[in-house]
Amino acid sequence: MNTLLKMSWVELKLFIREPITMFFTLVLPIMFLFVMGEVFGNSPDNQGGIEVYRGMGAMNVYTPSYIGLVMAAIGLFSIPVHLTSYRERGVLRRLRASSISTWTLFSSQLIVSFVVTSVCSIILVILAFPVYDVITPESIILLIVAFMISTISFTAIGILMGALLPTSRAAQGIGLLLFFLMLMLSGAGPPREVMSDPMKYIGDAMPLTHISILLQDTWLGFGWNWARFGIVAGFGVGATVIAYRFFRWD
Amino acid sequence: MNNVIEVEHLKKTYGSFTAVDDVSFHVEEGEVFGLLGPNGAGKTTSIECIQALRHSFTGDVSVLGLDPRKDARELRKYIGSQLQESALPNRMKVWEALDLFASFAPNALDWELLLKQWGLAEKRNSSFGGLSGGQQQRLFIALALVNDPKIVFLDEMTQGLDPAARRVAWDLVRAVRDKGKTVVMVTHFMDEAENLCDRLAIVNKGRIVATDSPQGLINSYATQIKVLFSTDEPDLSYLEQIPSVNSVNRYGSHVEILGTGPILPLVAAALVENGITPSDLRVDQPTLEDVFLILTRDVEPAEINQ
Repeated sequence: MNTLLKMSWVELKLFIREPITMFFTLVLPIMFLFVMGEVFGNSPDNQGGIEVYRGMGAMNVYTPSYIGLVMAAIGLFSIPVHLTSYRERGVLRRLRASSISTWTLFSSQLIVSFVVTSVCSIILVILAFPVYDVITPESIILLIVAFMISTISFTAIGILMGALLPTSRAAQGIGLLLFFLMLMLSGAGPPREVMSDPMKYIGDAMPLTHISILLQDTWLGFGWNWARFGIVAGFGVGATVIAYRFFRWD
Repeated sequence: MNNVIEVEHLKKTYGSFTAVDDVSFHVEEGEVFGLLGPNGAGKTTSIECIQALRHSFTGDVSVLGLDPRKDARELRKYIGSQLQESALPNRMKVWEALDLFASFAPNALDWELLLKQWGLAEKRNSSFGGLSGGQQQRLFIALALVNDPKIVFLDEMTQGLDPAARRVAWDLVRAVRDKGKTVVMVTHFMDEAENLCDRLAIVNKGRIVATDSPQGLINSYATQIKVLFSTDEPDLSYLEQIPSVNSVNRYGSHVEILGTGPILPLVAAALVENGITPSDLRVDQPTLEDVFLILTRDVEPAEINQ
């Protein structure tokens, strides 16, 4: 236990010392908050007769999505780049030669994810409440459960990418590509109501779509979405199993 | 003496390339054992198999009674490793690295003490990325010792150290041995092997070509003794008549005689008998380097020089 806490603490400090990942996880979602907030505001809206934003104010819907975006930035970008560069540089070799286990390494990534996502989410929400008058979450407890499941799931995806991608350059390229694809097609960008069918189908294959909806449902009072929960948990379990199977230390 | 490491018929292949080919040796408790050989000879691969860092090999390996393939995590509690081609995160601080690796071990040493012993006390708060090559190397050796291991593996420990730091490192290896630990080291430096190792194995092309103490290897393989002196006397043919002399070579006034056995007194007697009394008559004892060159002769010269 002491080992896991030490490892997580050091990893958290290293995360904070890395400016690029800090920008991605914290600054980018806040930029989106203000850009989209200035454009769409937070009152219910009709776009050419189609009801968008689930019949609610745009920022009510976007705020939970941007919490998902923080998770996506960590899972798709920072963890894969971190783990692949650790492998490339021989850090993983050095770690394995001590008696650290694969699970300790994985768990430390999860703890860092939790801490960073929590802090970034709180900052995001503190900004969103007064500026755009976002409604308070309908069920705090369900929101926290959804938040935890989603963080675990995206962390697992990050570790999976870190396990499978050969180099940190590959992780950067593929991570950015997936991040922006998910941003555009998951509902965290254009509302799903105005998407064409193909866009929706692709969006449905993306974990951020389901995480967004799971978080939105608990926040906006649509109740607990078992189907989305199942999909998000499935992504998490599947990614963990494959990552554990294929993880290489050098 | 107890054997803490026993290796029988170790073989490791990568596709069609055989990196380690039927290597057998043992290491006794409390000794400094060295693997000496040219680059690419399979030294590192061999000790990586022993340290449970590589798994798909054949042969029997037992370390402290454990099988590295089955008991890897248990084994790592009792061994310390300084690896080639490893690194720490650039932004990790020296004290953080020691503190972290100490937390992995149940019987960790006081890492503040290691920091001082290895001359890193004033680099305590420096980032790994800002250290010089020698400082990074010393940190890695400190990390290899922090779990108070029974066996320490040092892979090219003095790579990147300046001559003064190398001497300090040698003293520290002796200090580690004096505490009753076993040291297994890989090196391609002759002086390091000769000065530090109680026994060593010379490795070439994936095979062990000889194992003995440094002096034992010299006695068995570098049997040619060199006697040197200078003279302007034109005729020295009588020296070739001495039974144990193999050859007499002249370079200007310098004379070099190669032979086996007690050739110095025989040569001296013959010279005196013929009225020559050179004041610089001396004998060059063979060194480990001579043994190494004899045993790895078929290697490309460029590789030996590295």
